[in-house]
Amino acid sequence: MNQIKRMFGIIWMLLGPFAIYYLVQTALLEISKKPVIDTKIQWGVFVVIFIPIAFGLVIFGYYAFKGEYDHLPESSLEIED
Amino acid sequence: MADNNNETKGIWKVIGASSVGTLIEWYDFYIFGSLATVIANQFFPKTNPTAALLSTLATFAAGFIVRPFGALVFGRLGDLIGRKYTFLLTLILMGGSTFAIGLVPSYERIGFAAPIIVLLLRLLQGLALGGEYGGAATYVAEHAPPERRGYFTSWIQTTATLGLFVSLGVILLTRHSLDTDLQKSIAKFNDWGWRIPFLVSILLVIVSIYIRLKMKESPLFSKLKSEGKISVNPLKESFVHRGNLKMVLLALFGATMGQGVIWYTGQFYAQSFIENVCKIDFDQSRTIIIWAILFATPFFVVFGAWSDKVGRKWIMMAGMLAGILFYRPIYKQFVELSDIGKLKLEQTVTAGETSVKRELINGSSDSLVTTTTLYALADGLRYKQVEADTIFSSGRLGKAAAIHAEKKLPSSTYWNFVWLIFVQIIFVTMVYGPIAAFLVELFPTKIRYTSMSLPYHVGNGVFGGLTPFIATLLTTIYTGDKLVGLWYPIGVAAVCLVIGLLYVNNHIDPDVND
Repeated sequence: MNQIKRMFGIIWMLLGPFAIYYLVQTALLEISKKPVIDTKIQWGVFVVIFIPIAFGLVIFGYYAFKGEYDHLPESSLEIED
Repeated sequence: MADNNNETKGIWKVIGASSVGTLIEWYDFYIFGSLATVIANQFFPKTNPTAALLSTLATFAAGFIVRPFGALVFGRLGDLIGRKYTFLLTLILMGGSTFAIGLVPSYERIGFAAPIIVLLLRLLQGLALGGEYGGAATYVAEHAPPERRGYFTSWIQTTATLGLFVSLGVILLTRHSLDTDLQKSIAKFNDWGWRIPFLVSILLVIVSIYIRLKMKESPLFSKLKSEGKISVNPLKESFVHRGNLKMVLLALFGATMGQGVIWYTGQFYAQSFIENVCKIDFDQSRTIIIWAILFATPFFVVFGAWSDKVGRKWIMMAGMLAGILFYRPIYKQFVELSDIGKLKLEQTVTAGETSVKRELINGSSDSLVTTTTLYALADGLRYKQVEADTIFSSGRLGKAAAIHAEKKLPSSTYWNFVWLIFVQIIFVTMVYGPIAAFLVELFPTKIRYTSMSLPYHVGNGVFGGLTPFIATLLTTIYTGDKLVGLWYPIGVAAVCLVIGLLYVNNHIDPDVND
């Protein structure tokens, strides 16, 4: 099971950049189709807000790949570094 | 025995005080969304591009950007000064800004100051909401006995849905009660009556503040404080320390992200879909949701309590799986049950009153002729058929496709719609009922408010809150499929399901006192 968790970590790490690429490309396409302020704000908000989340997914994937989720903490003492 | 009774009474007081305040906050937040069109006419005239820009900002910024910031600001406060005073502050902020929106003069009277004030007040609402939930859930969980944590926190989980229920109810009631003639009543509501639901909020907030003032601080937080063990820097400990950050990321990607889209699809996208795609009449599209919420709300508590016995994980994952599997069949039913073209082939149609309106198109000598005819099908479904044809000055006629609008469903179809929404809200209760207990158990007391608030509001505010917009946007990009918007919640829930199944464990933490 831990092997599968780590392998899937690679997928999450790749999914982050893919999501950013897809989002930015779609945003540019949609803004060029209808270059009004509403479209720009909508897509601007999507891009600004989802990019940090996609980075979060990459970090999550990295932790998974490194085996950080092989064992989940059962007490708060385990969470503290 | 007497101790047990006192303990039970105590926890119900805690739940009552926390839930009423949280319910009011959700009510305050939703009335703005539910009255968006009326508010836009009052404060954000479309003819003025800057005002329209502020309108878009008010919609997007408050719900999606500001909520996670509210989670950070008030989460930090809650871990530094305590749960009680923090979620008292969020309640005052929310109630005050809601009441103030009801008092702001219109754009016609004070010009640009109006949309700017409304935007600022809406941002305050978003901030307050971001801080409220984590506080209420933490407060109740820290009072609850470990073996019933899911059950007791699930009462907090009912508040978001009940807040929507109350907001829809108050709006419908006000809209119908300002005049004996319904059309006049609606006109008065659009003119000034929309302010009533905002102003009413202050009474509810005052009662709730009074109740919350009488509450004591969470026993776990008080203990930490007396031992001098509260966090010095909750933000750093929550999001910089690797051990906690990995749990925040797991909470977001393995639970709240999927929960957010299931929640917003079942309640908000469903309402938007039946009103805007199926073209169901304004009142019916709201009463359908009201009935479904009424029947489904007890299940928040059912699944919360069940999670105390079987664990949180499997119930939440089953809710996500159900959404992934059944959304398309359910929405296909909505389309088929309201498809006039198909129903007309199966039933006799009776034509009623017809009205014709002719008006010149701005800046040309062409004119637009709008013909509206009322029809009724044999099963009792009534609808308006609107044909808008252009008569060019050359005499040529430009015919547009007829639109079927304001459909009033007959009883059997109406209850079918209620059933289909009810089923979706059951999925919501599965993912949402146990999640407060799940989040509370994931983080240590000293940084719990901060750590659980952020993934909750990113999952709900961003992934969930954007569902109606992204789903509708997809239908404008891929116009051939009315159900294409569902791929957004299905996709997000599917990723979350895989992460949840792989990485989240089903462990119930016996001790959150650490």
